[in-house]
Amino acid sequence: MPAVLVKGAGVAGLAVTYELVKRGFSVEVAEKGDAVGLGASHFAGGMLAPFCEREAAEDIVTTLGLAAAGWWEAAVPGEVHRRGTLVVAQPRDLPDLVRFAARTSGHVWLDRGGVGDLEPALSGRFEKALFFEQEAHLDPRRTLAGLAEGLRERGVVFHLAGQQPADRRFAAMLDCTGAAAIRLFPELRGVRGEMLYLETPDVTLSRPIRMLHPRHPIYIVPRDNHRFMVGATMIEAEDDGPITARSLTEFLNAAYAVHPAFGEARLLETGTGIRPAFADNIPQVIETEEGLAVTGMHRHGFLLAPAMAVRAADILTRKRL
Amino acid sequence: MLSLYDAKLSSRLLLGTARYPSPAVLADAVTRSGAAIVTVSLRRETSGGKTGGAFFELIRQLGVRILPNTAGCHSASEAILTARMAREVFSTDWIKLEVIGHHDSLQPDVFELVEAARILCADGFSVFPYTTDDLVVGEKLLSVGCRILMPWCAPIGSAAGPRNPSALTAMRAAFPDVPLIVDAGIGRPSHATMVMELGYDAVLLNTAVAGAGDPPAMAEAFGQAIEAGRLAYRSGMLEPRDMAVPSTPVFGKGVFA
Repeated sequence: MPAVLVKGAGVAGLAVTYELVKRGFSVEVAEKGDAVGLGASHFAGGMLAPFCEREAAEDIVTTLGLAAAGWWEAAVPGEVHRRGTLVVAQPRDLPDLVRFAARTSGHVWLDRGGVGDLEPALSGRFEKALFFEQEAHLDPRRTLAGLAEGLRERGVVFHLAGQQPADRRFAAMLDCTGAAAIRLFPELRGVRGEMLYLETPDVTLSRPIRMLHPRHPIYIVPRDNHRFMVGATMIEAEDDGPITARSLTEFLNAAYAVHPAFGEARLLETGTGIRPAFADNIPQVIETEEGLAVTGMHRHGFLLAPAMAVRAADILTRKRL
Repeated sequence: MLSLYDAKLSSRLLLGTARYPSPAVLADAVTRSGAAIVTVSLRRETSGGKTGGAFFELIRQLGVRILPNTAGCHSASEAILTARMAREVFSTDWIKLEVIGHHDSLQPDVFELVEAARILCADGFSVFPYTTDDLVVGEKLLSVGCRILMPWCAPIGSAAGPRNPSALTAMRAAFPDVPLIVDAGIGRPSHATMVMELGYDAVLLNTAVAGAGDPPAMAEAFGQAIEAGRLAYRSGMLEPRDMAVPSTPVFGKGVFA
């Protein structure tokens, strides 16, 4: 069995590992962090929203992202919630909602009653909304932990905390190091993203809510135990320092606008990650001297990692390593 | 040819660089628009003292003149600090001076604006002030050293188009020799044509292109619309009148009756 070393145990590295194991490769994973998924993946929204993303992304993001929900369901059964996405706006931003609808497909318009039927907590709060029924979401932390566990059971060896694999010849090495690869590929840049976690028993949501906002696509994704992930900014700076007051204010304002009970929620955590991106914000599988690099996931890690993993595994399979 | 602070420019479109789907789309839009100047927000893409290094490098590679802006600043001191940072980052004395008075309406704070302009002009900056269509404010900005005025035609990002064409006309008449650039509020190419027909020297816009379904194609549309408006202004347009005017003589009809 050909042996492959995957560097980086974030969403890209683990997805590639899964695809390779499925095809009979023997895989070892080297990760500088103390556990899997502690880079940008740790702060991801986990929205599998190929239709909504079309609002500001190329068509290829939708095309490649359509298979993501099914892929994750197969890889980590039980983690994918197929409940769609609800897109809302403040009354004065209704033109933005119309624009959002014009730029995307796969949605239906909901009126006040429709919103309440779907999300009782938001009953009477929005006159108009867009519902993207075919979309899904997952909890990135649970999902990556579950994926890694499944891979271990199937014989994948993980070297965490920067430990190097024992002296073994690998037929190929795959660079899935995310932001750390920015130094290796001059075309890559880092895009800062900030997010936070709120906890409140007073609001129940079944699906991601996107709130149209002039600067950032702000969303609230429900997690287990009354927790909600609120994200995410996109700032053209390679800085992973703490969240800024402005971003925090914008997130909290958006959450409060979606439901006033978020005003009483506990702020559990804030976080910042750096997403590697190419000039067109589309990920790539690049052939390198050592093997391959899977990088440039931008804000589409969970949405596009499956397609990139399949592509990388196809290349290695064709090479008959 | 358009001349701004002694620079000769081939285009009358100034294009903002915020909120495009990707830097690649932005680059395409700049090329197709023919814009000779792009504006860049320093504050928006700066975090923890680190500026958008890679993003700014992509913008430098566009090969057009860069006009850094102070978007997001709410006081003269903040704007002055940002302008000085911009001078270091982009090696230019040009600065689009924007001092926001209200975070919701994004209306300029003209008091802080004049104060910031006074200090920056004295410090050797070439200031492009984003202002209202108020004539007195315009005069004050010129008196502290600005040689360009950039009035809005509607609130930032509103895409509403010229809300008060009479005020824009009055401003053109009041400052016949000052380059006037409409900055903010343009939503469609026809809006840009309209202000160019009023005799404005250039148009600055961002959201109308960045938020379009096909930003590069929209950028090209704006480039053509601005050219059309300018050409029309210089060609002498007809004055509107209330009655039809036949373009061929009509004998035997009671037109003079």
